[in-house]
Amino acid sequence: MKGNVLAWLAGALFGVGLVVSGMTDPAKVQGFLDFFGAWDPSLAFVMGGAVTLHLVLLRLVTRRAAPLFDTRFHLPTRTDVNQKLVVGAVVFGVGWGLAGYCPGPGLVSLGTGGATAMIFVGAMTIGMVLQHQVAHMHTEPGGGLTTVVGKS
Amino acid sequence: MTPEFTPVSSLVGGLLIGLSASLLLFSHGKVSGISGIYGGLLTPPTPDRSYRVSFLGGLVSAGIVLYLLRPDLFPAADVTAPAGLTALAGILVGYGTRLGNGCTSGHGVCGLARFSRRSLVATVSFIAAGAATVLIVRTLGGVG
Repeated sequence: MKGNVLAWLAGALFGVGLVVSGMTDPAKVQGFLDFFGAWDPSLAFVMGGAVTLHLVLLRLVTRRAAPLFDTRFHLPTRTDVNQKLVVGAVVFGVGWGLAGYCPGPGLVSLGTGGATAMIFVGAMTIGMVLQHQVAHMHTEPGGGLTTVVGKS
Repeated sequence: MTPEFTPVSSLVGGLLIGLSASLLLFSHGKVSGISGIYGGLLTPPTPDRSYRVSFLGGLVSAGIVLYLLRPDLFPAADVTAPAGLTALAGILVGYGTRLGNGCTSGHGVCGLARFSRRSLVATVSFIAAGAATVLIVRTLGGVG
């Protein structure tokens, strides 16, 4: 199916972008986070390039009535800044700093067959499933918050 | 393994990422948030599994091909982080990205490009937390 080919191509482009930009080298990512040491600003150029191009193309793309293979665009509409968002980002940031991997570079690095990437992605999968379990222990949205804060 | 400032290749790589995010939006109307695309496969099946599998397949394929062509773009095979630390980091990344609805790509690229306030707060938070973590680890003289 054509849609899957384009999704595969988007994934491949994303992966090439991550490798070319140096983001599959955890030392380089940690070098960016090392603001008080030998700071390496490269990651800011990756984000800057990606955001700048996407903010232009995004506006052109969403002028269409719908994407090619769907009836509508699925863009997040939430605007509320809540505790879950901040706690989640902080927990993620700590892990990111420890390993120098975020989800994208971790998955791309599976292609190397390296042990570190395998362990990272395996553990990341467990973390995601764990979050899903905790979130669904409570019926009320945001009810999992106390549990989450206690654990982090 | 000393990190070197690579403005040109990092900018080029960033442009490819921006192009990829725009392509997925154009074809499927979806946000290129890697943690969301991957995490969506772990929960009860949704009807949109095929684009997720295809996108992630492309991502891993890029890793395989580039590792064969340019192994120097990845950490040397003998550079391995302590397994326990990597596992802890992975759990935190998985848990945190799902709780906060996004990672570097979903919030840091796609969200910022939409001028989303939630994504700006998330991006500042994970960069600050990452920087604090690296500072503490370096101060303790550990990894890195």
